[in-house]
Amino acid sequence: MFSKEVEIVNPSGFHVRPAQLFVELAAKFTADIKIQPQGVEMQIDGKSVLGLMTLGLAKGSVVQISATGADAEAAVEQLSALVASGFGEI
Amino acid sequence: MSTNKEIILQGLGVSDGLKIGKVFVYKTQSNVEVPDTRAEDVQAELALLRAAKAESITELEALVAHAERTLGEEKATIIKGQISFLNDPSFYPPMEKLIEAEGWSAATAIQKTVNQVAGMLEAMPIEYMKERAADIRDVGRRLASQISGDKGQRLSDIQEPVILVAEDLAPSETVQLDRQFILGFATRVGGKTSHTAILAQSLGIAAVLGLGDAVDHISSGDLLVINGSTGECIVHPTDETISKTAAQMKVEEETKLSLARYANRKAVTLDGVHFEMAANIGTPEEAEGLLDKGAEAVGLYRTEFLFMSRNQMPDEETQFKAYKAAAEALKGKPVVVRTLDIGGDKELPYLTLPHELNPFLGYRAVRLCLDDKPLFKTQLRAILRASAFGNLKVMFPMISGAAEWRQAKAIWEETRTEVIAEGHKVADKIELGIMIEIPSAALMARTLAKEVDFFSIGTNDLVQYTVAVDRMNEKVSYLYDYFHPAVIRLIKEVIDASNEQGKWTGMCVAWRVIRLQHHCLPD
Repeated sequence: MFSKEVEIVNPSGFHVRPAQLFVELAAKFTADIKIQPQGVEMQIDGKSVLGLMTLGLAKGSVVQISATGADAEAAVEQLSALVASGFGEI
Repeated sequence: MSTNKEIILQGLGVSDGLKIGKVFVYKTQSNVEVPDTRAEDVQAELALLRAAKAESITELEALVAHAERTLGEEKATIIKGQISFLNDPSFYPPMEKLIEAEGWSAATAIQKTVNQVAGMLEAMPIEYMKERAADIRDVGRRLASQISGDKGQRLSDIQEPVILVAEDLAPSETVQLDRQFILGFATRVGGKTSHTAILAQSLGIAAVLGLGDAVDHISSGDLLVINGSTGECIVHPTDETISKTAAQMKVEEETKLSLARYANRKAVTLDGVHFEMAANIGTPEEAEGLLDKGAEAVGLYRTEFLFMSRNQMPDEETQFKAYKAAAEALKGKPVVVRTLDIGGDKELPYLTLPHELNPFLGYRAVRLCLDDKPLFKTQLRAILRASAFGNLKVMFPMISGAAEWRQAKAIWEETRTEVIAEGHKVADKIELGIMIEIPSAALMARTLAKEVDFFSIGTNDLVQYTVAVDRMNEKVSYLYDYFHPAVIRLIKEVIDASNEQGKWTGMCVAWRVIRLQHHCLPD
């Protein structure tokens, strides 16, 4: 399993559009991908728009992105980069 | 040729048009809960669910293609979203789990999951989430109908011209209508002011409402003659009726065509006065092609339809796009946008309007807007931004006097300053006017004329409020008379006041084809 912590940096947080972009990228990998907000027990499936949409994470929140499977490392790298870049909103 | 007896039904004709066509009976998709059931054969239930999912995706993909061609990108996107939900790991897999691990039937698994997911989204205070909840429920219904075999009938499935027969049409259902396929409406309930009536009038489609139980005589596939002027509907018309109707339709068509030759001629009365002929619209689509029909302007853009045809408040972007489209379609000719004119008599699912004993004397139109500033400002912002794309004018409905006008104007000015400060382009001069429909405003016309840019007389409501008559009430509707001397005096007062101040006045009139032909047009 690979995992990485990353901070939400875009002003409006992890809202609907970032969620959709995240899922679009995640869908390209065969690995099982999970997001876990810091301090929260629950892991959300990284390929579920519904799941991500409802997280409602604000700017400054830290999440752990983890993946298991064949292309897990690439998945974690690329998805963290996407989050760190602010989803093109900054 | 029909083996069924011809039946003549009488309803309320709310929108002119004589049409004959096949009936499509539409039953409202309701959220009827079914009792939970256990799976007798888990594998069979799983198979049912998987087939339902596949079938639903196929149907939705066809709808997307159809929507992209005929309804536009926005509606296509909504349907694409439903397909993505069916593929979402948080939506579909839980259903299979409910069958496999807990032994529920496919129908129950769907119901439980839909309620859970939609419920979670509905609880969020964000518009977008609530919208998605409605989509979840809609796709859940589609899945459930595959399993139950009761396909029901979806408005978006209509692929050929039909006459729509229904209990009533909810605002959200109207979003799915493909105008080119609807010849007319006939409903069980509804009156002249129901939003179905307004929709039909806006779209220029024949409509007969308030048929009551008579609607039970009509089934899908039946041939129906609908007369939106007289309110008469004929089910299973005999050959004789059919040819009579066809002949009548031919006369109406020819009259329309013969009037078309006047389309680009100026409207001048026999004594030489030019009246600018402007059209009324309810949607920006209706603005298309208006210039070709000889309209010199849009004198009234009823913005209510934008609010009534959906489940959620139309946000600023949505409104902006609509107003911009109307502005652009008129290519620089004026479009007078009337701010939200709605009240308790129309049900908006997202606006809890109080139930009133006297909705026409109550919390509606500009009163509602002045009380709900965010609602009002959202609309005003959208109009201001759209003003850069054409020649928009704005008017406030149901103004009762100078104080109300000044309040509304102040909010307009405030909003305008904000929008410009944000960097949006706004037209330099946007005329701001008021509807004169309440007698108190008509009587104060001289004061108001000094401050407004124009008046627009809402003759229909002015008559009703002045003579204290409900046009829809058969026992007293004989009192409803445009030409009542009191009404004429008020109108004169308004026009004199506006002339005195060098302002213009518009008037909403519904000309009957025959009258127009015989009295106003030169040979």
